[in-house]
Amino acid sequence: MARIIVVTSGKGGVGKTTTSAAIAMGLAKKGHKTAVIDFDVGLRNLDLIMGCERRVVYDFVNVINGEAKLNQALIQDKNCKNLSILPASQTRDKDALSQEGVGRVLDELKKDFEYIVCDSPAGIEKGAHLAMYFADDAFVVTNPEVSSVRDSDRMLGLLASKSRRAEQNEEPIKEYLLLSRYSPDRVKLGEMLSVDDVQDILSLHLLGVIPESKSVLNASNSGTPVILDEKSDAGQAYADIVARYLGEERPHRFIDDKKGFFRKLFGSK
Amino acid sequence: MSLLDYFRISKVSSASVAKERLQILVAHERSSRNQPSYLPQLQKELLEVIQKYINVGQDAISVSFEQDEDQETLELNIVLPDLHAKNT
Repeated sequence: MARIIVVTSGKGGVGKTTTSAAIAMGLAKKGHKTAVIDFDVGLRNLDLIMGCERRVVYDFVNVINGEAKLNQALIQDKNCKNLSILPASQTRDKDALSQEGVGRVLDELKKDFEYIVCDSPAGIEKGAHLAMYFADDAFVVTNPEVSSVRDSDRMLGLLASKSRRAEQNEEPIKEYLLLSRYSPDRVKLGEMLSVDDVQDILSLHLLGVIPESKSVLNASNSGTPVILDEKSDAGQAYADIVARYLGEERPHRFIDDKKGFFRKLFGSK
Repeated sequence: MSLLDYFRISKVSSASVAKERLQILVAHERSSRNQPSYLPQLQKELLEVIQKYINVGQDAISVSFEQDEDQETLELNIVLPDLHAKNT
């Protein structure tokens, strides 16, 4: 049975699209047929992060409205044939999505794919609501920063009350914490909330910590999900996250400051 | 982090301030999260009715909603004005 994963946060700019692209690619590379959907109608960006922006012909809204078949709109990833991308519409507004239409497209995707990753827009409006409504699992992307933690908590409230599983009294959505843009050295200096601080507040199962990393911008510059940069810390962090999600035991990394004594002493980033 | 940081006088870290503020805020927001959406309107209308008969202020009334496994409780508190202090 296919599982629907929503990547959500409430707050913008915390790394939802980066995370959606990375984990979708990670799941596909592990051999699972995976689809990743951009729910940010009017402000699509997943296509750019995945490097398929020039191959978009039809989009999610076209499929919902019956203007295109699902397989006409799906873009097969150039790096991994197990991965397909369903881009958002750039010209419509977010009211173009309907609960019935989204449900219909997800049901059709479930026949062909093992994992369906829903990249939520920021906010709690219609696009964000529909991205999480049908989810089985939620990846809550949070930065160690007050506004992001607060917004994540708000999203957790919505996941528990406004989702299909909540409304139909089914087993609740499984929620996971992905703490991104983490700087162990700043945590050590008392300038940044630690993993433990954030977990104390949100009480979520930690799937992984993604360190603040230059590789994320490099990856988006070139349109390749950062998980394909296997040498990078962020790429490895996402690979760990995918493995943990699939049930592998992996010790947590990137939580402690690993810099050497001399580099600390003379200060460098 | 540089050599100078080691000699800096330690002060309350901004992260611990952030954590404390968040804990208070999140606890408050969670407690109001499960309340029915009609509660503020109910409170406003009840206050209007009570003010027809009794001279009470905006903060004289509190409506709280609690939920446990098998029952929901709506608690209404009205603080009446002190009779000795006021003679209208």
